[in-house]
Amino acid sequence: MSRLNVNICGVEFKNPVIAASGTYGFGREYNEFYPISKLGGISSKGMTIREKAGNPPPRIAETPSGILNSVGLQNPGVDHFISEDLPWLRQQDIVVIANIAGATEEDYAAIAEKISASDVDMVELNISCPNVKAGGAAFGTSCAGAENITALVRKHCPNKPLIVKLSPNVTSISDIAMAVEAAGADAVSLINTLLGMRIDIRTRRPILRNNKGGMSGAAVFPIAVRMVNEVYNAVKIPVIGLGGICGWKDAIEMTLAGASAIQVGTAMFTDPYAPLKIIDGMDSYLAENGIENISELVGQVELW
Amino acid sequence: MKYTRELCPIIKKEQLNKTTFSFTVKSEKAVQSMKAGQFANILVEGKTLRRPISVCGFSREEGLIRFVFEIRGEGTEIMSGMEEGERMDILAPLGNGFDINPNEKAVFVGGGIGVPPLLGASAPYGGNATVLLGFRNAGAAILSDEFRGNGADVRIATDDGSLGHHGFVTQLLAQRLDESPCDAVYACGPKPMLKLTAAEAEKRGIKCMVSLEERMGCGVGACLVCACKTRTPDGGEKYLHVCKNGPVFDSREVIWE
Repeated sequence: MSRLNVNICGVEFKNPVIAASGTYGFGREYNEFYPISKLGGISSKGMTIREKAGNPPPRIAETPSGILNSVGLQNPGVDHFISEDLPWLRQQDIVVIANIAGATEEDYAAIAEKISASDVDMVELNISCPNVKAGGAAFGTSCAGAENITALVRKHCPNKPLIVKLSPNVTSISDIAMAVEAAGADAVSLINTLLGMRIDIRTRRPILRNNKGGMSGAAVFPIAVRMVNEVYNAVKIPVIGLGGICGWKDAIEMTLAGASAIQVGTAMFTDPYAPLKIIDGMDSYLAENGIENISELVGQVELW
Repeated sequence: MKYTRELCPIIKKEQLNKTTFSFTVKSEKAVQSMKAGQFANILVEGKTLRRPISVCGFSREEGLIRFVFEIRGEGTEIMSGMEEGERMDILAPLGNGFDINPNEKAVFVGGGIGVPPLLGASAPYGGNATVLLGFRNAGAAILSDEFRGNGADVRIATDDGSLGHHGFVTQLLAQRLDESPCDAVYACGPKPMLKLTAAEAEKRGIKCMVSLEERMGCGVGACLVCACKTRTPDGGEKYLHVCKNGPVFDSREVIWE
């Protein structure tokens, strides 16, 4: 399927379909359905310098055509990933992207150094997690904050392509994208989840124990398309599009908006095989339309 | 490949009471490695999230899996509208299930819609099983004749006294445990019932396995939403996940909140 080969920041992907961070763990569970090497890449569960317990349950609520989650970055810590999960992932013939987060600048610097020295292919800097009190989105919702943290991670992780994952919970996502580009990001990925809330009308309590959570799924797709297109028009670095992609038509639409690769997340919960169907569907679409490579479609929407 | 997605034709649909349904589906793959106490994540037309439903029983020889569930919300309501001949889209077998030993004397404690998974788990025990079932009232009682049909000593409690003991099923448990020796307690039901069940077993030094419930996402241990607070061997606390580490836990591991 050379029609789907893409190169992002010098990294070769056999196809532009990547498992989104937080929905796919470190790949082992879905490898019990099919070989995960069928995907182009995997963005790991968001990791912190030390093990993180996460938020109390319930951590998930359903919404019309989507979900809210408030996992709160539960993860075993970056050392555990490097010693236990990365060697296994390296055997799977898939691009490995380490998604990293932190509560303080020191945390980000420390984890960036560890990941820089590891065997991952790329780094995805999470400055947009809405579910942790400190850090996360606090760094990603102002241009100055995003720029500072990107520059810091760039400095401590000089030898890996750096993707910065952007929060949609901002006034102008393209301003943030330009700020991280200026600070040395090699690519951006968007959108992370949108802040939301649901209330149980019988108990008058929020369904999520954390009160608020991040919204994802089909319902957010049009917002993601709009933001990807705005960012594509604002920066020169590659854009990785995600947010509510459920099928191959969504993936093509996101590509036309400006995405060089796409990530699939929530759709996995409805159908673990969603990424494989997207890959097959994209390939058939390209074949039927005589398009030699998916990259010809990136950003090709003609705005009115 | 441990997990299977399978489209399972519904071959028998029964309504057990006003809100509880039984679906028996045909399975070729998923049933092969299935264990009592495991669950399937079932696709609901038009919903993002699948619904985790415990396995009530299965037959490897006949290629059958039975699910019994209650209408709790929109998802289960849509599922209850499925008809014989339609196909259920299931991910299975998920979770760890019960480790059973039918040569032992075991007590099974079920509350409400926690009762179904105990049917499959207790069946191999025959007369070695005491089955204690708690329901809101007589109208909510399900499956008791089937437990009896397997040879179990079945005792029922209802909140309003309309059937069996007037009171909690955990009172029946205390009574049973004081009557004669028992090697293990297996329980599934609402958290307060599980907590009391665990306390009764633990104070007598009897092993107690509880099947927990939590709102789930992926159902396979990747998304980490269905967290359950547990004790670690070194005395710490850790969130494990009901879908992958459970749904069955040793009661001494669980931190009840």
